[in-house]
Amino acid sequence: MKKEDWPLFEIFIRSRSGLSHRHVGSLHAADASMALDHARDLYTRRGEGVSLWAVESRNIAASDPAESSALFEPAEDKIYRHPTFYEVPEGVENL
Amino acid sequence: MYTQGLDQKPDTEKQVDGTEQLVRFQARIDADEKIEPKDWMPDGYRKTLIRQISQHAHSEIVGMLPEGNWITRAPTLRRKAILLAKVQDEAGHGLYLYSATETLGVSRDQLTEQLLTGKAKYSSIFNYPTLSWADIGAIGWLVDGAAIMNQIPLCRCSYGPYARAMVRVCKEESFHQRQGFEIMLELSRGSDAQRRMAQDALNRWWWPSLMMFGPSDVDSKHSAQSMAWKIKRFSNDELRQKFVDVTVPQAEFLGLTMPDTDLDWNESRGHYDFGEIDWQEFYEVLKGNGPCNRERLAARQSAHDDGAWVRTAAVAYAQKQKRRCQAA
Repeated sequence: MKKEDWPLFEIFIRSRSGLSHRHVGSLHAADASMALDHARDLYTRRGEGVSLWAVESRNIAASDPAESSALFEPAEDKIYRHPTFYEVPEGVENL
Repeated sequence: MYTQGLDQKPDTEKQVDGTEQLVRFQARIDADEKIEPKDWMPDGYRKTLIRQISQHAHSEIVGMLPEGNWITRAPTLRRKAILLAKVQDEAGHGLYLYSATETLGVSRDQLTEQLLTGKAKYSSIFNYPTLSWADIGAIGWLVDGAAIMNQIPLCRCSYGPYARAMVRVCKEESFHQRQGFEIMLELSRGSDAQRRMAQDALNRWWWPSLMMFGPSDVDSKHSAQSMAWKIKRFSNDELRQKFVDVTVPQAEFLGLTMPDTDLDWNESRGHYDFGEIDWQEFYEVLKGNGPCNRERLAARQSAHDDGAWVRTAAVAYAQKQKRRCQAA
């Protein structure tokens, strides 16, 4: 049996409560519980977190970088979505 | 998201507008943008990275062997705990780097096979034996010191996954160098026999440590292109000089003598001059004729073979759990 049979997992760590989980890297494991065990040894040797997620890589849908301009450019010219777009007259407060 | 399947672009795309893509790619590099796994990249860039990162990963893995040799014989429980933690870190570094290599579209199995068949190289420093406890000090101080010198610029490498792995590695590596220096310090403040042991270790590890930076710039095959791609940021000779400059005063502090009669401070250059490296020895070790090449590969091979049943059992267990889950 080849190691290839161990699927790839992406590992996410919550560094402390109050923060969201962040992607830290990936590893191979036979199943999800082994992925968590390995993630503990591999990514939290110095107290990096309080919670781990392991997600099989093939279950992640990713956008295509070749399409990135079509996806993200439409947001670029909508500067009125930012508060700095609007002029606040001198003397007006709490706005 | 380092899935391999998505990394591969059809070849035709490259043939259609290869030059235009190449120009755009180089422009991104020049603008200090990071390249990510699914981005278009020239084949040469991909191949260079696969070679370099996998060699780096193999080095971390094989590098566990010379130090592992002393875990059971560390002089105190404190030293033993530290050495265990360090060797475990090296395993971790190997795994971060294997993951980074896999994002380029090569499988872990292929990488393992390349190491075990001798097709892929690893740092030749690990083909030297660890004869005394002082060698563990010298490795931490010199070998990890040289590695850090090499690795810090790699944190800014143009390939995102490699750069991110290196940030992690560098953060963890600095304790390795300090624990090595501490061992050397303790020995150099000890009995005559202990001082002799420290000096002997320095004598044996100094030159191989300098070789770790690779061939001189004039002979380095891959340097110029790697610099243009910002995989490398400094030349081999620049990094080697930097290492000599910072290490010589540390040796003086320890009261140890560098095994190099040509070593001398050069006021006008603002650097230490040092003697000629025995490149014949470097290439011999690289070819497989170092003191421990065969032993190292045999140890990796038997670890791989002896672990086969564990890998098989883990898969069988995972499948059984899955079936039970589905049945329930």
